[in-house]
Amino acid sequence: MPHVYGNDFGAPERAPELTDEAFAALLADDGRVEPRDPMPEGYRRTLVRQIAQHAHSEIIGMQPEGNWISRAPSLRRKAILMAKVQDEAGHGLYLYAAAETLGVDRADLLDQLHTGRQKYSSIFNYPTLSWADVGAIGWLVDGAAIVNQVPLCRCSYGPYARAMVRVCKEESFHQRQGFEILHTLSHGTPAQKAMAQDAVDRYWWPSLMMFGPPDDDSPNSAQSMAWGIKRFSNDDLRQRFVDMTVPQAEVLGLTLPDPEIRWNEERGHYDFGTVDFTELFEVIKGNGPCNRDRMAHRVAAHEDGAWVREAADAYAAKQVARTEGAA
Amino acid sequence: MSRGWPLWEVFVRSRRGLSHTHVGSLHAPDAEMALRNARDVYTRRQEGVSLWVVPSAEIVASDPGEREAFFDPADDKVYRHPTFYDVPEGVEHL
Amino acid sequence: MITPPGSSTPPLPFSSDYVLGLADDALVSAQRMSWWISRAPELEEDLALANIGLDQLGQARTLLTYAGALEGAGRTEDDLAYLRDDREFRNVWLVERPQTDFGVTIARLLVFATYQAELYAALAASSDATLAGVAGKAVKEVAYHLDHARLWTLRLGDGTEVSHERMQAALDAEWPYVDELFTPVEGALVDPASLRDAVLGRVAAVVREATLEVPDVAPTVGGGRRGLHTEHLGHLLAEMQHLHRSHPGATW
Ligand SMILES: [Fe+2]
Ligand SMILES: [Fe+2]
Repeated sequence: MPHVYGNDFGAPERAPELTDEAFAALLADDGRVEPRDPMPEGYRRTLVRQIAQHAHSEIIGMQPEGNWISRAPSLRRKAILMAKVQDEAGHGLYLYAAAETLGVDRADLLDQLHTGRQKYSSIFNYPTLSWADVGAIGWLVDGAAIVNQVPLCRCSYGPYARAMVRVCKEESFHQRQGFEILHTLSHGTPAQKAMAQDAVDRYWWPSLMMFGPPDDDSPNSAQSMAWGIKRFSNDDLRQRFVDMTVPQAEVLGLTLPDPEIRWNEERGHYDFGTVDFTELFEVIKGNGPCNRDRMAHRVAAHEDGAWVREAADAYAAKQVARTEGAA
Repeated sequence: MSRGWPLWEVFVRSRRGLSHTHVGSLHAPDAEMALRNARDVYTRRQEGVSLWVVPSAEIVASDPGEREAFFDPADDKVYRHPTFYDVPEGVEHL
Repeated sequence: MITPPGSSTPPLPFSSDYVLGLADDALVSAQRMSWWISRAPELEEDLALANIGLDQLGQARTLLTYAGALEGAGRTEDDLAYLRDDREFRNVWLVERPQTDFGVTIARLLVFATYQAELYAALAASSDATLAGVAGKAVKEVAYHLDHARLWTLRLGDGTEVSHERMQAALDAEWPYVDELFTPVEGALVDPASLRDAVLGRVAAVVREATLEVPDVAPTVGGGRRGLHTEHLGHLLAEMQHLHRSHPGATW
């Protein structure tokens, strides 16, 4: 009799380790890995790190846009923005749950975030200085995220892929509402149009940086591709995003702050300028405009909520004791 | 014991006439809250008409290591499938 | 008594100010509730409070639109939300004070959702088709808000010693503002005073179930329905309205 009737959720016991060759064979066979399947320790660790970082980005990403909920300029926009920021909480939640199938706890992952041991996407360390930034984030940041995330719907790790399917379905409205905000602004008063242009000027380059360093500088990419955690290279995805976005900018009547953007007939793609990663590395090191504020906000929410979480635990324990006492 | 509220699995019936399908997980201190959280997390876009929540720790799952013993023996029972049988030409409704 | 625009039906038995009061209660509540998004004790609660805030905002929008139509001066939901000063707001004090403590948020929601549940149930059965329609939809929403507030009141009240004390303190802090919900107003379709016993009875039952005590404190004077507010509303509106007012006539 097989003795193990384990659990695929929050898998308490580590899956047995697997050699890279055996794992490559398994991937070639099924293409999908599920919780408690044997897997190389490196694969597991890479996934935990990537999914956690992704989850952290979703919940820290609530803050820059959340900054404008109280000031949204119409009630319709306020409702849309609340629903959008709420969705990002959901995305974080789905992703933490996917990570938990690999034998880690959400509480531990949050600790790693709060103590700075795990990172989140640097894009959220930029401030939202005007209402148009909400539009620019929806259009460019969610747009870039979608380009990154759609291939992950077919990633080799089942729970991550399934979480991404759900996320991508919800993301499509995010980008549209951002585009709509900018479209309205750029067809509004001169002040509104200037606001929109300023937002796009500030968010364009950081959005391109969301795809990560150039392929030559991306040492782990090859391994992730072999493992089916990554399907396309950073530069390929960045190009895809530029190709998608340039025509949309024309419809918006806004310019992208890169004089080198032009259609390249031969390549069948838009050429664009070189991304200067110097600033990004500063932001990653913690010296971006909002790093400290984002962490302080997040940590305060967590600490202020401790008494509430504890109360619910205590109440649940009392209820169990009462039921058992009654039985 | 792990820190934080326990994990629950959520199953949604998307419309009457269909079975509940696993949609994801969440954390909740107890069953009452788990059900409400499931509503707030997984049915914001009219995804469901009925919900189940199950403590993740209560789910009994087959072991991936036993997959072959569990499932391979069904492979050679082709006679269980209608396509296994030859049907003479002209015979209908069979 | 007012006549709806472009109609020859008899004057309505309630005022547009009355509808504005209902709308402003919901709008100001939504504004306060939305503060929680990204600040809740757990991710699941971020989603729950956002849902509640969205329901309240939805109610506010429909009611503001209706108030504008009744007024007959062509004011839209946004005109009413963004271009009135605090003296023209008709919400009660209960909803306008800051709520950055989870216990306070739950205590207030318990009172407010119970009040809205009774109010909307009465309005759903009222003579005005529009208000009855709005209330018929909203009554389901606030039933869920009330359920949420009740479950949390039980957990905080009957949780740890700390949470018990904090929840009691939250109830004590909110209680002086409960009474204003029931002060009679002119041109009301449902007399607020008629809701008092049912609301207080239901709230008290939950409070006791949660091992807490119904506070015994004197009510504040109130005055929100007449446009007399606490100092907090001015700040709330300054934040909410500033962008809209900075660009007169712009579309968003
Ligand atoms: Fe997201
Ligand atoms: Fe998004």
